[in-house]
Amino acid sequence: MTDKDQTKALPLPPPQARLAVPFLDIDEIIGDRDTKIIICCGSGGVGKTTTSAAIALRAAEAGRKVVVLTIDPARRLAQSLGVGELDNTPRPVPVIDTTAGGSLDAMMLDMKGTFDDVVIAHSTPDKAEAILQNQFYAALSSEFSGTQEYMAMEKLGQLHSEAEAHGTWDLIVVDTPPARSALDFLDAPEHLSSLLDGRFLRLLMPPARGPLRLMSAGFSMMSAVITKILGAQIINDVKTFVRAFEALFGGFRQRATATLELLSSRHSTFLVVATPQHDALREAAYFVDRLTEEAMPISGMVINRVHTSALALSPERALAVAEDLTSSSAALEVEALRRHANLMRLITTESRQIERFASARPTVSQTLVQSLPTDVTDVAALRRVGVLLADKD
Amino acid sequence: MTPRHTWHIISGKGGTGKTTIAGALACALATSSRRVLLCEVEGRQGIAQLFDISPLTGAEERRISRTPAGGAVYGLAIDAEDALMEYLDTFYHLSLAGKALDRFGAIDFATSIAPGLRDVLLTGKVYEAVRRKIKNRPNAYDAVVLDAPPTGRIAQFLNVHAAVAGLAKVGPIRNQADSIMRLLRSAATTVHLVTLLEDMPVTETEEAIAALRPTQIPIGTVIENMVTPTPLGQDQLQAAAAGSVILKVPGLSVKQNRALASEFAIEAGRTLQEQQRHERLTALGLPLVQIAFDHGGIDEGSIFAIAEQLTDQMSLEAA
Repeated sequence: MTDKDQTKALPLPPPQARLAVPFLDIDEIIGDRDTKIIICCGSGGVGKTTTSAAIALRAAEAGRKVVVLTIDPARRLAQSLGVGELDNTPRPVPVIDTTAGGSLDAMMLDMKGTFDDVVIAHSTPDKAEAILQNQFYAALSSEFSGTQEYMAMEKLGQLHSEAEAHGTWDLIVVDTPPARSALDFLDAPEHLSSLLDGRFLRLLMPPARGPLRLMSAGFSMMSAVITKILGAQIINDVKTFVRAFEALFGGFRQRATATLELLSSRHSTFLVVATPQHDALREAAYFVDRLTEEAMPISGMVINRVHTSALALSPERALAVAEDLTSSSAALEVEALRRHANLMRLITTESRQIERFASARPTVSQTLVQSLPTDVTDVAALRRVGVLLADKD
Repeated sequence: MTPRHTWHIISGKGGTGKTTIAGALACALATSSRRVLLCEVEGRQGIAQLFDISPLTGAEERRISRTPAGGAVYGLAIDAEDALMEYLDTFYHLSLAGKALDRFGAIDFATSIAPGLRDVLLTGKVYEAVRRKIKNRPNAYDAVVLDAPPTGRIAQFLNVHAAVAGLAKVGPIRNQADSIMRLLRSAATTVHLVTLLEDMPVTETEEAIAALRPTQIPIGTVIENMVTPTPLGQDQLQAAAAGSVILKVPGLSVKQNRALASEFAIEAGRTLQEQQRHERLTALGLPLVQIAFDHGGIDEGSIFAIAEQLTDQMSLEAA
């Protein structure tokens, strides 16, 4: 019997049975003062930003001093958090409950701004100017595929140092970029630093010493090809850039490594965010496996937009009843029953997806957040999401 | 005669079902004995997962589906490095040099330092597939569907002109970009945007259209995905959403009727919100297509069901 046949033949377990997997207790995580960084990751469109903001708000109202780093929030949510502008500065979120002694700052990552700041902070004014004006730098800081991930890490490192030095914050909540592939986020620091001080870049730089000299024949052919494809200008830009940037290389690598170490320490924890659809859960599985492989600390999964119903009426019965309601005055009843039948079918599909995930990864704890009737656009709605996140039922 | 559109480009915000719609559109275009190529460029193996087949690798154009209408859909996962190798081979007969470059990590380097180059290589490969028909080459396709990057990046991705502007003023890459741009701006091309009737995806659709307009690449339809149609009117929905409706379903207790009514209030409220977003999309002045929400999840059968809805609502070129 195939897997599909089995799921068809077996009656679905009641919703409570889903919770046989361990429960992800958000309140326990935010209540633990040793938790200093929470990273929310997952594929695009699963509500990562909302989850990050809701956790940050809940932690702040529970007495933590929190800063939330968001990447690309919906405009209205950003406005209600007071981070409508890309300015890289954490700003206090108004209208939160501070009776427990906590606070909440929010900021939106400005990728290029962060990169510029690093350049300015770590080089002489002349060199910084040369780098900022460089064509290659312009492409690298705004378009390079790993830059956003890398800069999120850089910013996280900065926020952490500031938190340690001044006690401004005791918890950093990070919303990760909607990485094209799950690998990008973890690979970004390594990828960018290996690009910047990689073998090929060194090959471009004269003069070649030692064994590198032996490659010079291969190199001149290669250089010719690259020049043909890209043009001589870009190669020159890269050379100029590398000369100016050389002093920064070590620092970049060092900080990237330090941030990765911080992320794998007991002070950090990863939450994988998903929705109960096949695609989102497949991406989530990838994240969970990858994080496990890299020995990163995972707390568990947040599954958003799970549908529920308070009416125990099967879709078959709802449709049968609707069919019998022939009178035209019952249009509302018919539509309500039809919608209920759809909802029940959706609930069945979703719980099957969640179950499959749980049976393949039974030790990964979960918290389910029910689907909300409206978009989350203000602090009050975020607070409600926080309640749902922390709620076991 | 040249078909109306041979190159269909699909974009949409993450989570809107863009890959599913791209797959369904490829099936819809594959009517009797037509050959359609479905391409992806983001290395996600979305096509393989959608059609439940083994991963598509290298330059392989594998048949992934025979449609009920008697056509065939082929799948291709385009990788920038493979495309660069092929490019070097075609234009410079440099396959050996390509291999040497690969050994030095130069290809990764070249595509990394010049992200625009990556996009030109990816669109260039699709361009080549589209052109086979025009040039009467073997393995020609009647239509090519591209599962393109999401709305946030689509204009930048397709605007290959701008991508190479700072990179190459002359030379083969520039010429290649010019040719791709000519085809993109021609009547053979059309861009479709997939959205949900939710705030963020609709906003991103509006922004993507605003960003695409200056590129002069023709925009086709906006596809509203996962829509729940209703026979009810505004008044009825508003009353239901306000909770001022008392349902009397025979056989259900008063309590059950109340539970059904409050569940329906949320549903009706959501439908009203969806209708407002539909109005926003209508204001864009583009043809709109609606795809019904499949409450049972997506499998091959439902891809064909979506294909049928696309055929009914879009004026697709026939065989």
